[in-house]
Amino acid sequence: MGLFILRRLGVMLLTALCLTFIVFWLTNLQPNLEKLAKTQGNARMSDAAVETWLGNRGYTRNVFVKYGEWLGVLPGYVIEGTDGETRGRCANNSTITEDMSTFCGVLQGDWGYSTVFRDEVSSILGERGWQTAKLMFFVMLVMVPGALIIGVLAGMREGSRTDRSLSTVSILSTATPEYVSGVVFIAVFATATFNMQWFKGTATSAMDNITFENFTLPVLTVALYGMGYIARMTRASMTEVMTAQYIRTARLKGVSFRNIVLRHALRNALIAPFTVIMLQFPWLLNGVVIVETLFNYKGFGWTLVQAAGNNDIEMLLGVSVVSVFVVLATQLISDIGYVFLNPRIRIS
Amino acid sequence: MEALTWTGSLGTTLGPIMVIAVAVLILSVVGNFAAAFASSTQQVTAAGGAVVVPWRWSDKTSFFELVIPAIVVGLVLYAFEAFTADPTLSTWLAGLGLPGWLTTTITALVFLVMGGFFAYLLQRAPAALFEWLTRWSFIVIVGVIVTFVFFSQFAGYGNAGIVGEMAKQFLPVWIALVVTYTLSILFKRRLGLYGKLFDSVIGMIGYGLVIFWVFTAIFVGIFDLVGTHDPLTQISGLKNAPPGVPMPEGEAGFAHYLLGGDNLARDIFSRMVEGSVVVMMIAPLATLFAFMVGITLGLPAGYYGGRLDTFLSFLANLILAFPVILLFYLLVTPEIIATGLPNYMAMVLFIFPLVFFGVLIHSRYRNQPSKDYLILAIVLAPLVLLYLSVINQQGSPIDFWPLDFFDIPGGILVVFVSVVFVNSPTVFRIVRGLALDIKTRDYVAAAQTRGERPWYIMLWEILPNARGPLIVDFCLRIGYTTILLGTLGFFGLGLPPESPDWGSTINEGRKLLLIYAHPALPPAIALLSLVLGLNLLADGLREESLKD
Repeated sequence: MGLFILRRLGVMLLTALCLTFIVFWLTNLQPNLEKLAKTQGNARMSDAAVETWLGNRGYTRNVFVKYGEWLGVLPGYVIEGTDGETRGRCANNSTITEDMSTFCGVLQGDWGYSTVFRDEVSSILGERGWQTAKLMFFVMLVMVPGALIIGVLAGMREGSRTDRSLSTVSILSTATPEYVSGVVFIAVFATATFNMQWFKGTATSAMDNITFENFTLPVLTVALYGMGYIARMTRASMTEVMTAQYIRTARLKGVSFRNIVLRHALRNALIAPFTVIMLQFPWLLNGVVIVETLFNYKGFGWTLVQAAGNNDIEMLLGVSVVSVFVVLATQLISDIGYVFLNPRIRIS
Repeated sequence: MEALTWTGSLGTTLGPIMVIAVAVLILSVVGNFAAAFASSTQQVTAAGGAVVVPWRWSDKTSFFELVIPAIVVGLVLYAFEAFTADPTLSTWLAGLGLPGWLTTTITALVFLVMGGFFAYLLQRAPAALFEWLTRWSFIVIVGVIVTFVFFSQFAGYGNAGIVGEMAKQFLPVWIALVVTYTLSILFKRRLGLYGKLFDSVIGMIGYGLVIFWVFTAIFVGIFDLVGTHDPLTQISGLKNAPPGVPMPEGEAGFAHYLLGGDNLARDIFSRMVEGSVVVMMIAPLATLFAFMVGITLGLPAGYYGGRLDTFLSFLANLILAFPVILLFYLLVTPEIIATGLPNYMAMVLFIFPLVFFGVLIHSRYRNQPSKDYLILAIVLAPLVLLYLSVINQQGSPIDFWPLDFFDIPGGILVVFVSVVFVNSPTVFRIVRGLALDIKTRDYVAAAQTRGERPWYIMLWEILPNARGPLIVDFCLRIGYTTILLGTLGFFGLGLPPESPDWGSTINEGRKLLLIYAHPALPPAIALLSLVLGLNLLADGLREESLKD
């Protein structure tokens, strides 16, 4: 078990390094850097001026060196610029000071400076991440029980009318991407078009004060898309369990149907959905980006869109590190959780 | 010209039937659910099927089995009352001059009693009654819709309202649909898996939705039939105009904007049908390419295993761990396009179909060189020319081939490449899993003993036997690709902003959504219906392919 977790951690670390390098390389391609120079320096800089601007700030060096510095395994650069000023990476690109540290990268907790939000990347990530965590919490609160109930009800009697109707509902929910359900929800429940103006169409006010009125629609929108998939998985696992020999034995013993479902089948049927729920996180991340943009809720996803749309390189890198980490961590938890939950694997 | 109403005079006759049928359908579905919860009315056989047994009151029947359905049914009835345009009961009560809270209480009580009565019936009546009601109310709804579409074709202009005029515009699509269904159902026993699709209601509904949009795309894209206006023409005065608005005086052409005008005064209906062309051009083809890539890499990974498998799986997991939107933002920005990265990716990804067909043919006809070379030349020569024309773009870093027949419009290539790139790792994983499973079968061992080469076994023994799950996944994946295209459009990535594709139109409509809801809804519903159709189709196919 220990070896298994160690190997998984090793692969995870390698994946994280590769992914962050790819993002780093893509964001540090020449056209991106030129755009950065023009937005940060002067919009009418000549090509030569752009080159010196980038050179003075260490952008023109080898991408591997830059990546090492950003990660914090190589010492930050100190460059004597053509304009006479000596800049250091660890002094935030300004004049170097005595107490400047040698390494300053993600590993040292220095995530860089966001050019769009004009603040430290780490503090923005913390603040926006907290907003998204709140959204995710409520989404989970709605999605997981809803999906499990639908799946169990559909799966306990395979082929029945209940099963058919609930399966159709879950197909409908998987076929409705967030931008469709969100737009439909807003049009129906937040505008006067259908005389059902019950909720608010924006969630900006929910950042300080979550109410039923301003948070229902975003939470429902994200939850709906994931719900169908988890419900289908739960249904598949439930139908499989219901045909098992031990269920038939219980039935022949005369155990009531309710007890069979609740006491005997449910525990075993919920192992597979657990891994699915964990693996659903990357998809939720997508949903969060769409919903936060649509409802103007300034969380992590909204930050991603702003950073990517405005060529905010260090912010974008920070966002990708966090999202890649979330994805990989949930994969790891799902693997380990599966082993712990499944007695057959745990004992052998 | 007057503005059009939704259903015109034809709707006033058919409307009440429709409302009653929908109400009965909803109630009977609710009744079905309630019947399923009340475990005393149903027992389960050992095989898992449900058997209806007569209900009798016994000490086992709990209080809740009556109360919960009563509350549910009462709430449904109450919702019906509260949200219809002219509520009958509350109006009548309000006429008596009672205070508001009393009116509400009485209304709620009346509906609760009605719900209780319904729940009582539900306990007494066999669940079969609800099955019967569900089926027949559904048939009536379909019948009303068909009747409406049929008669609106003969109604004078505007008599059948907006819906009727749209039904008229879709006439070629209806004809094509009827012909397809008639032929398919007549010959369904000779059509293999496709014919079996017509045995399942879910599959038929899904297939209907899908080919509705396929035919729409064909008639709009090739024959320029369904749309009423040019999707890009702006007519002043119709900015954000409501559905059914008449054209201003002196404008030629179709007399109304059927679904209203958008923020730039363009016809929403025409843009919606035009959007299907973009989706139909990109989604199936991109999915096909993703399958080529996934199959060409997944088969050897599953068949050989070992280091190759480890390496390819690692790469696939790497792409899968990327949040899709982040990947899109990194790939589909103007700066990245300027570096030519998408062109290089196209060069790599588009070579896989060539490799696939080359190996497919060569592994089969390896022992008959003359036949081998002839077929290879016939198949590969046009493909190679096509490949070179596609990847070779004027003004991009790859511009060396003199015989460039066509250039794909800039945005489309980038969108295409990124969608293929995102989809292929998943296909790879599916194919790899299937190959791992199938390579242990006896017929593979037999082929190995015969001395067949690995690629022959992979492509001519394993692949045909994996076709069932692959076809099902292909349908699902087209739907997913459609969602991805919509996502790209929603964030304004890739396609030009005036493009009529559904994602971009939703993106445009959402900006003023709180003031004008009508521009964003038609493309959203169109996208939903297509993806839903593909999902239902996949479900029907899966069900039918599992039967044998």
